[in-house]
Amino acid sequence: MFLIKCPWCGYRDQTEFSAQGEAHIVRPEDPYQLDEEQWGDYLFFRKNPKGIHHERWVHSHGCRRWFNVIRDTATDHIHATYRPDEPIPELSSEETSKPA
Amino acid sequence: MKKQVNRLEHNARLNRRKSIRFWFDNRVYEGYEGDTLASALLANDVHLVGRSFKYHRPRGIYTAGSEEPNALVQLEEKAYTEPNRRATEVELYEGLIAHSQNCWPSRRFDLGAVNSWFSRILPAGFYYKTFMWPASFWMTYEKYIRKAAGLGHSPTEPDPHFYDKTYTHCDVLVIGGGPAGIEAAIAAGQTGCRVILADEKSEFGGMLLSENILINGMPCHDWVDNRIDRLKAMSNVVLLNRTTVTGYYDYNFLVANQRVSEHLGPRISVNSPKERLWKIRTKQVVMATGAIERPLVFADNDRPGIMLASAIRSYINRYSTLPGKNCVILTNNDSAYHAALDIADEGGQVGIIDIRTNPNGAMVESAVSRGIWILANNAITGVGYSRGRLRYIEAMELSDDGLKVVGTKQRMLCDLVGVSGGWNPTVHLFSQSKGKLRFDENHHCFLADQPSPNNPAVLAGSCRATWFPKECMREGHEAGCEAAKCAGFDAFPETDEIKTVQLEYAPQRPLWILPGSHPIGQGRTKHFHELHNDATIGDIQLAVREGYESVEHLKRYTTTGMGTDQGKTSNLNALAALSEIRSLPIPDLGVTTFRPPYTPLTMGSIVGHDCGELFLQIRKTPMHPWHDQAHAVYEDVGDWKRPRYFPLGNETMHAAVQRECRQVRQSGGLLDASTLGKIDLQGRDTRRLLNMLYTNAWDKLQIGRCRYGLMLNEHGMVFDDGVTTRIGEDHYHMTTTTGGAARVMSWIEEWLQTEWPELEVYATSVTEQWAVASLNGPNAAAVLQELTDIPLDEESFPFMSMREGKVAGIPARVFRISFTGELSYEINVPARHGLVLWEQLTETGRKYDICPYGTESMHVLRAEKGFIIVGQDTDGTVTPMDLGMGWLVSRKKQDFLGKRSFDRTDTSRSGRKQLVGLLTENPEFVLPEGAHVVSELKASPPMDMLGHITSSYMSPNVGRSIAMALLKDGFNLKGQTLDVPLMNGTSQRVNVTDPSFLTD
Ligand SMILES: [Zn+2]
Repeated sequence: MFLIKCPWCGYRDQTEFSAQGEAHIVRPEDPYQLDEEQWGDYLFFRKNPKGIHHERWVHSHGCRRWFNVIRDTATDHIHATYRPDEPIPELSSEETSKPA
Repeated sequence: MKKQVNRLEHNARLNRRKSIRFWFDNRVYEGYEGDTLASALLANDVHLVGRSFKYHRPRGIYTAGSEEPNALVQLEEKAYTEPNRRATEVELYEGLIAHSQNCWPSRRFDLGAVNSWFSRILPAGFYYKTFMWPASFWMTYEKYIRKAAGLGHSPTEPDPHFYDKTYTHCDVLVIGGGPAGIEAAIAAGQTGCRVILADEKSEFGGMLLSENILINGMPCHDWVDNRIDRLKAMSNVVLLNRTTVTGYYDYNFLVANQRVSEHLGPRISVNSPKERLWKIRTKQVVMATGAIERPLVFADNDRPGIMLASAIRSYINRYSTLPGKNCVILTNNDSAYHAALDIADEGGQVGIIDIRTNPNGAMVESAVSRGIWILANNAITGVGYSRGRLRYIEAMELSDDGLKVVGTKQRMLCDLVGVSGGWNPTVHLFSQSKGKLRFDENHHCFLADQPSPNNPAVLAGSCRATWFPKECMREGHEAGCEAAKCAGFDAFPETDEIKTVQLEYAPQRPLWILPGSHPIGQGRTKHFHELHNDATIGDIQLAVREGYESVEHLKRYTTTGMGTDQGKTSNLNALAALSEIRSLPIPDLGVTTFRPPYTPLTMGSIVGHDCGELFLQIRKTPMHPWHDQAHAVYEDVGDWKRPRYFPLGNETMHAAVQRECRQVRQSGGLLDASTLGKIDLQGRDTRRLLNMLYTNAWDKLQIGRCRYGLMLNEHGMVFDDGVTTRIGEDHYHMTTTTGGAARVMSWIEEWLQTEWPELEVYATSVTEQWAVASLNGPNAAAVLQELTDIPLDEESFPFMSMREGKVAGIPARVFRISFTGELSYEINVPARHGLVLWEQLTETGRKYDICPYGTESMHVLRAEKGFIIVGQDTDGTVTPMDLGMGWLVSRKKQDFLGKRSFDRTDTSRSGRKQLVGLLTENPEFVLPEGAHVVSELKASPPMDMLGHITSSYMSPNVGRSIAMALLKDGFNLKGQTLDVPLMNGTSQRVNVTDPSFLTD
């Protein structure tokens, strides 16, 4: 069971959180500027990498805040957590090249 | 009662002053405090303790620990009974009752043993092949096969015990209380950090309790006692004996099961938890999990009286029991020589059959000097067994390659064989932690290699192939220091110098599957590598012949390692056999991953207190006590208990619902609507948020006015609905469906936090802050007017508006909205006043013929008016247009959630399912919800389906049955006649109508 650092509350058990899929999918400013395929991408298509993944989590049984997590899906290593208004943290080359 | 004939002089770890009586297979025996069931049976010279899983072969006690594959017993009786308990782990208590398993009618004479004679037709893969026979055949034979093959039986009565669960945090968790673990805990404890030391046995000490060496001139048992006393004196150290760490999960989260009171016996232990499940989050882990001896596999190696050499050492040194008179040690290594020396020390007859061609070195010399005979380069090729006892063994010389035996057979009398094929470090937990294992060619075993980045682990002692106590202690000390340091405690712990005498070991012979006088897999003898599930080397040969070559396939085909012992003594020998058959080195075969739990957990331990009333939280409205008194019949809606109907006398549900529905429209009814989701929205951008959440426009909603809205997801599909009311300038009160309350709250929070953080909106769930009574019907205004000063006339309090004031003296918000189509007031008061409000309304309502009604009538009443229920008439694939509610979709708004998806090809195509009404030709017939509607009725399925019934009721106010359905192109089907085929083979004709049945 993960130990996740909520940017507001600190380290808490995974059971307090819910995973909410891929992060950094921005709702289009004007959805009607998107053609059917682009809108379909926004609605349905998600990354499923083996390795580094940016995902959204919410501290549902805690402060109820949403935030982002950089997790290696192969090792379940959590490299970083950050608030939605923070820039994506840079991972060192050592971290990103860690064998899965 | 028989004497304990196999007891030795010394006390070992037993309390010889306290003798204990126990029953095994209805015979009474005596043992001592400190015994396990296994040691007490062996002390009483009982070798045969059960029958095997598949062939019903007689089986004895094979080990002295949790790795036991054989000696599984049914512990206790009736409600207290537990199957498959390892006799080697069950501590003896007064009055213990145990029965052997798999024996019918008795352990000594077992009818199932015919399986043994028919073993040729019960090969590996038998059960899988059986599944592939015609299904009817399986149905016929399953019950016989299940009866013949299987383990113990489950209790049929409720468990009288209770179980506990606890969470804890520590800095260093030390797993395993042997020499390495004890020293690790002392070292870490000295730094002042929080330490937990857990060991599965009743006492700490690990292998040292099975030893008789001196440490610093002190008997090793006394040494253990001193070290544990030292740990007990440390207030920062928690000692958990009888506690098995069963699971190692991410980020150093571990689960341990403590057997709190089982050793006292079930009748005493009902007053304290039987077991306690520990969930431990620790900064650092020291694994000092020890090693398990590896068997050698030879012809008929499963007979009672054959056990691990290390087990013999445990029974002698810990339990003061030598379970045989004429003993033979069969080994490929030096460690087992200690067992021979121990037997000789206790005056037993013992010899060693060493499969090495020319065993030599310090251990051999030590045995020779004690007069112990050694037969080198020989293997056991057969055993004689009769009437519960091993009688003799046969030995022959090994060929150079070890694959055959040569020369002449020697027979020797023998009633106890100790086998040793070296040791397997217990790396199960390391593997569970996602650490990588590697096969070590020197020690011929799997060792920890690469730890997982999330679970950096320190290993110490024999779990990393360090065999001698002195080195184990040194490693333990170092591991304890290291772990404490990593946890942020860097005080330097003192070291104690340790002196022991230890003879060096010569290398082992890497051979584990010993040939018999016939080629393996042929002849009458069997080579069991897997005792628990009765799998043989012959089965592995068969599996490979049939193409199941990979370890994962082999495991499933032969069921190796799939017993309750998870193959602790069998997995590596299966690999060795596969390696030999396929001529591939073991590292090339791969290893299966170890999975939790390390040893089986009881369901009780997993469940803990979360059962009965504590299993699921029950939510009750403030009016609940009144409903109870009115004999309401409840319905579960989410976690809520909602009154479904209020029967009068012996009224059936149907009669009650028909009466309630009629009464609501004739005079009036009162519904407890407190469970409706309620969200308080405040802030200057609330209106903008509502415009994005709902399909309709919110710009012109005046203070004090209410509006109904449909909420869509980004796919354009309806997922909730409700009425939102403007309370003040920037203050709104939103209602949601009962089941959707939490979902809508999360939905609002998500958008506010992730996409529109610039909006100033504060959303607060107030579902439980307000109690709601929904007063419906022609007399609603008259009743309410008696209890309030709020003017109720049409002009001052029109439909779809809200007024604040006092009702029954209680500050209230009254909403004039309706889910029945009748004149209706939803009266909201602070939850603590809900019951009083309800009592006042029912009391006042009596003279206006107002009845309470439940959710069932609520459903009928709304369906009569064609109002939808999200989640019943919708299923996540339905747009507002599909519901015929396109009028709720604003054409002016640029954007709202889901709007863009209306233009998707799939959403705008023709032929989508649309909500319609259905009237059966037979007005008395109520269609089953979920039934399919077809255009062309055929004699049998398949038929082309148009859709399904979503709601269906007998309506007293319409005077006939009514239904709603989602049908392909439904709006165009109105006026047509269709068919609804039913489960019983009949069908009903239906006419398609508007989904509104009661017009004003
Ligand atoms: Zn938080």
